[in-house]
Amino acid sequence: MSNNTNRRDFLGFTFAAVAAVGGAASLVGMKQAWDPLPSVLAGGFTNVELSGLKAGEPTTVMWRGKPIFVLKKSAEMEKSERDLIIGNDRFIVAIGLCTHLGCIPAWKKSTWKCACHGGEFDSSGKQTFGPPPRPLDLPPFSVKGTQIVLGEEGPEYKKIAAAMMA
Amino acid sequence: MAKIEKANSLGEWFDQRLNTTTFTKVMMTEYWIPKDINFLWAMGVLLAVTFKILVITGIFLMMYYKPDVNLAFDSVNYTIMQEVAYGWLFRHMHGVAASVIFLIIYIHMLTGIYYGSYKKGREMIWISGMLLFMTFSAAGFSGYMLPWGQMSYWAAMVITNLFGGIPLIGDALVVWIRGDFNVADATLTRFFMLHVFLLPISIMAIIGLHFYTLRIPHVNNQTSEDIDYDAEAEKYLAGNKKESKVIPFWPVFISKDFAVLGIFLIFYFYLVFFHYNFAMDPVNFDPADNMVTPAHIYPEWYFLWSYEVLRGFFFDIAGFKAFDIGLAAFGFANVAFLLLPFLDRDPDILPAHKRPMFFAWFWVLMVDLIVLTVYGKLPPTGANAWVGFFAAVVFILLFVALPILTKIDAKKRGA
Ligand code: FES
Repeated sequence: MSNNTNRRDFLGFTFAAVAAVGGAASLVGMKQAWDPLPSVLAGGFTNVELSGLKAGEPTTVMWRGKPIFVLKKSAEMEKSERDLIIGNDRFIVAIGLCTHLGCIPAWKKSTWKCACHGGEFDSSGKQTFGPPPRPLDLPPFSVKGTQIVLGEEGPEYKKIAAAMMA
Repeated sequence: MAKIEKANSLGEWFDQRLNTTTFTKVMMTEYWIPKDINFLWAMGVLLAVTFKILVITGIFLMMYYKPDVNLAFDSVNYTIMQEVAYGWLFRHMHGVAASVIFLIIYIHMLTGIYYGSYKKGREMIWISGMLLFMTFSAAGFSGYMLPWGQMSYWAAMVITNLFGGIPLIGDALVVWIRGDFNVADATLTRFFMLHVFLLPISIMAIIGLHFYTLRIPHVNNQTSEDIDYDAEAEKYLAGNKKESKVIPFWPVFISKDFAVLGIFLIFYFYLVFFHYNFAMDPVNFDPADNMVTPAHIYPEWYFLWSYEVLRGFFFDIAGFKAFDIGLAAFGFANVAFLLLPFLDRDPDILPAHKRPMFFAWFWVLMVDLIVLTVYGKLPPTGANAWVGFFAAVVFILLFVALPILTKIDAKKRGA
């Protein structure tokens, strides 16, 4: 009897091992099936010309399907460590999605106000009121003359990102 | 093999092969129901019928719907609404049923809570029921997205963003769920799959489980009397129908269900033909635009209470971010009801009016849910925000206090 039992146990263990490997492999496959497709990942560098912007009036451009706010700061707006300085001008570049739940805040006078749950961000993209947990996110960009290219991590981006982490 | 003989009728033929006689007995004619239950116990049948309506109208809608970000909006608002014969009817029946089914689910749930039908031996009925509620919520949400209007789009944006609040993996998880950096085509097609296949089939399986869980501890009744079903059923079968406390589900009890169902269907079709609008947000008749958020975003009425718990916490407390507290509270709201059988420490099954503390608890909960629902729809500014905050706090405290309150009730009764 013990002989038979041992053989069956062995078959059982063998099957369990094969099934575990197969199961784990298929989970990996299923996980990856829902990852963004290569065409989605490859999509998207966007050039933005900064020289024509009017101070104090943000524009919105689309990058990877997301709105990006670009604001040229006017003289009375507070300076901050995330200002992108080009020549004499200071710019704020931010992903235009509220860091709370992703609505697009609207520019009202000198703040971005999120209608969804009342969140507010100042002209430097810092949250000043309501549920948003952090400032507006910084999209990767690089600077080429008076242009920025969204989607590339340039040295200016790295500097600002580091300053924001600190 | 079972003994197969020449059958004298089609019924017999099936009986020999599928044991249909025993099956109908267990499922219907000898499934015993207490006499002492009121119309609130008819909600199960209403739900079964409404779900059937959803499946059938859904099949017809699916034949013309196109799950593609460029085509979805027109396939619903033009093809189905204007071209397909009775397409408008199928859409309105589907939309209204999706909304009304939540009304019935809530009545069903609150009835169970009031009469203590989740307790002692009936925990699995309750848990499988709550699983149904969750899968229905997922189905409702994924279906809401499909017409690809502005509300669809931004609802998807907000709900998928919620997963971003999960520590460490949050951001990557959001991208994974969407299949894109944004809510996009990949998101639509996978939600389409969930809505028309995976979720309905899970719902059907859980409905089967829910029915099965009822067969063993049996259904509760208005006085929560503990009935000896075997003895009472014997009385009934012996012809002692008057004395017996139970009746068979089919054809005796179902007649009452049918009467309630008749009234419900009149109400339902009244909504379908004259007030279908309440289930259709006007904002959703604008095509989805990822560069413009509607001024004010809110979910369908049946999610408002938990939505308000989520946004009720709008300021940081003790170093915790408002966002994280809200998310935690929202998570709590969604599992609190599931835990009910274990939070209620009263050893007896009794209707709420025989448990004074619990009775108060029940009605405070009802009022709080209504307040949360109403304020969930209002803009979250000024005084509204504070009402939302307090209502959310009350909701949480109610569940924290429940074990204590039910213990006090039991002590007073001497149990
Ligand atoms: S999404 Fe902006 S405050 Fe909630």
